Amino acid sequence: MAFKALDHGKLERNVGLLGLLALIAVMIGGLVEIAPLFWIDSTVEKVKGVRPYTPLELAGRNIYIREGCYVCHSQMIRPFRDEVERYGHYSLAAESMYDHPFQWGSKRTGPDLSRVGGRYSDQWHREHLKDPRSVVPESIMPPYAFLAEHDLKPGDMAAHLTALRDVGVPYTKKDIERANADLAAQADPDADAADLAKRYPKAQIRDYDGDPARLTEMDALIAYLQMLGTLVDFKAAEAQEQPK
Amino acid sequence: MSYELLRDFADSWGLAMMVVLFLAFGGWAFRPGSRQISNDAAHMIFKDDDNG
Amino acid sequence: MEEVILRGGAWYLAAFIAFLAAAFGVDTGFSVHMSIMCVAALIAAFASNAGFDYRLGHFVQPKGAASRYDDDLVRLGVIATLFWGMAGFLAGLYIALQLAFPALNLGLEYTTFGRLRPLHTSAVIFAFGGNALIATSFYVVQRTCRARLAFPALARFVFWGYQLFIVLAATGYLMGITEGREYAEPEWYVDLWLTVVWVAYLAVFVGTIVKRSEPHIYVANWFYLSFIITVAMLHLVNNLTVPVSFLGSKSYSAFAGVQDALTQWWYGHNAVGFFLTAGFLAMMYYFVPKQAERPVYSYRLSIIHFWSLIFLYIWAGPHHLHYTALPDWAQTLGMVFSVMLWMPSWGGMINGLMTLNGAWDKIRIDPIIRMMVMALAFYGMSTFEGPMMSIKAVNSLSHYTDWTIGHVHSGALGWNGMITFASLYYLVPRLWGRPRLYSLRMVNWHFWLSTIGIVLYASSMWVAGIMQGLMWREYGADGYLVYSFAETVAAMHPMYLIRATGGLLYLSGAIIMVYNVWQTIAGNIRTERSMTETPYDPEADRPLVAVPAE
Repeated sequence: MAFKALDHGKLERNVGLLGLLALIAVMIGGLVEIAPLFWIDSTVEKVKGVRPYTPLELAGRNIYIREGCYVCHSQMIRPFRDEVERYGHYSLAAESMYDHPFQWGSKRTGPDLSRVGGRYSDQWHREHLKDPRSVVPESIMPPYAFLAEHDLKPGDMAAHLTALRDVGVPYTKKDIERANADLAAQADPDADAADLAKRYPKAQIRDYDGDPARLTEMDALIAYLQMLGTLVDFKAAEAQEQPK
Repeated sequence: MSYELLRDFADSWGLAMMVVLFLAFGGWAFRPGSRQISNDAAHMIFKDDDNG
Repeated sequence: MEEVILRGGAWYLAAFIAFLAAAFGVDTGFSVHMSIMCVAALIAAFASNAGFDYRLGHFVQPKGAASRYDDDLVRLGVIATLFWGMAGFLAGLYIALQLAFPALNLGLEYTTFGRLRPLHTSAVIFAFGGNALIATSFYVVQRTCRARLAFPALARFVFWGYQLFIVLAATGYLMGITEGREYAEPEWYVDLWLTVVWVAYLAVFVGTIVKRSEPHIYVANWFYLSFIITVAMLHLVNNLTVPVSFLGSKSYSAFAGVQDALTQWWYGHNAVGFFLTAGFLAMMYYFVPKQAERPVYSYRLSIIHFWSLIFLYIWAGPHHLHYTALPDWAQTLGMVFSVMLWMPSWGGMINGLMTLNGAWDKIRIDPIIRMMVMALAFYGMSTFEGPMMSIKAVNSLSHYTDWTIGHVHSGALGWNGMITFASLYYLVPRLWGRPRLYSLRMVNWHFWLSTIGIVLYASSMWVAGIMQGLMWREYGADGYLVYSFAETVAAMHPMYLIRATGGLLYLSGAIIMVYNVWQTIAGNIRTERSMTETPYDPEADRPLVAVPAE
């Protein structure tokens, strides 16, 4: 009898059944919440301007992750008046659609960084990363002077881009082939980077760490920081939002 | 399947199902016949004294 | 499986593969890790050949503590728990001081807050908490099943394999090897290793239950079982990554942006829900009744507690993403289920506390019971605070601030820490065959130092968090934001000092515990006054006079 199967003793004496029911109980919530995010289209609405990271930005982002910047800095502006005034337009889902992994963060020991790009000069970032208290006396950020001393060892960037393409980032064949060349070109003011700029719109091409002779981890990290939040043109969108 | 459809289902049948399930589980655990089994189970950890 | 582990040959092969991987690794960190694995495999090979592999535990097996159960790993686990606990608390105190005095970052890449903070969180959650869970689960499952551990060699593999996981994770953080997802930082190959260990853990645990001689599966085992199964599920899904190279440490998450965020917090919240709650509730359901010498208040309530807790917890993850780019419906679901979660949480707390019903005087005379009661009180407090903070209006203020940090620590220090300490105090004399602990008064000191430490910690973080939240959103009469971000950082300084003081007190309590446990294991007993004395009262000391019925 079916009722007999649900007998108190049966369930509490059958470890297989107990485990199975527990697994089902804990799967339901995750399935209902997470699965729809992959097939409800409105989850990530397309926004003009969002593009994959250039190899140099990606290398910088990997340094950002390596150093655990996310434990103190968020990259997610909430739609509140004070946050929008302090940090800029609230974050859109599309802006992190190529972020593997996401870096929204959970704590603001330091300020939000999702739109820090272009807010300060490269020199400010250099000084700030080397000795945060030299530019912000109240800061409690650790110094990252070693970034300027370490040469950037990107390894095989094509492999990085390929791995990202495998998880859905639309890098082209050419992007992957030229990954390491692109990386060097973006930090070299003398290189011919027209092709790079065409494939990665709004890519900022210059020496970032103040030492054009060397390509350091500082170059990569500042390149990443300086592009954060600069891809989407909110000014253009604002005009369209105005009532006619 | 759209968001609205799911939302509708969650608000009505989904919710009702959960309430029924909860009551069923509660009633099942607290049904009179389970008192003895539960008491035995609760006392089981005191049955022998080998280091616990 | 048993033979494979015992056979040294397999380990030599593993060592050789690890050696090759170290030699051809594309980054230094990977090579370092593979060297560690190589050494570990060689040790395992040597140990299994020498035949003392799983006898190692006998070194801590004292005479006179013979038991019909397999307790070597439990003893090792108790020591590992204390060792990693000290490491984790110390790391926590150090990074707390870094926030107050940034010069303590020392200008070295290995000692920055960003790299030490994951070290602290993983050390306390996975190393301290994880070892406590493995050790107590091995103890409890044998007693409640009246059976020795199934697959003893595999059980040794679980314990030592888990220690290797901890070492790989911790050294990885210092070298900057991280997936950048909170509480799931270890990279892909460390994740794979943990998966192997975890499956072995499940096999040992379920195997022991299967060969039990007791018909009923005691409720503590339900909680342990759901903890093991759910952590396996969370770990597998959240760590789906694509490695850049199979000879390198870096990998990229399979998900991006919104989906990645929700997967991560589904994991993150349920690491709290199943690692730090379900697993520790299992400890509560065994050790509180045992120490109080009374059965659990309502066994039937514990059944409801179990099913509703595990069903509801899973849904609560999105409350970490309120007002973000996560769709509104998911946020709302997360909030509603978080608020509902309050009920089973308090059901469990009441069930634990009411176990003392009729024996409340034990709180006065038994400092271990007192610790358990305080653990449950903090469990109740943080499971009330949690649902409150998951309400979107409250969350808009509390999120991103130190309030969250305070909340986490009232749960971790108060609930997880205290229930672990109490369980270890229960276990140590029994495991080493001692008549009692070296000193009960030291337990009392530990209790008060921890409690005062937590109070300082939680209250300073409440003030810090609410102050931060309010300062960020404060507008002046002129319609502009009043405070720059840097000013809000400066305002935190006194709170960070108080927090560090709280941490220092908590650490001091734990140091006393280590000394106390050490002495107990050494077989010493401190001559001390008993905890409570009832002074002689001549007034009260007279024979009862029978009053005739009228």
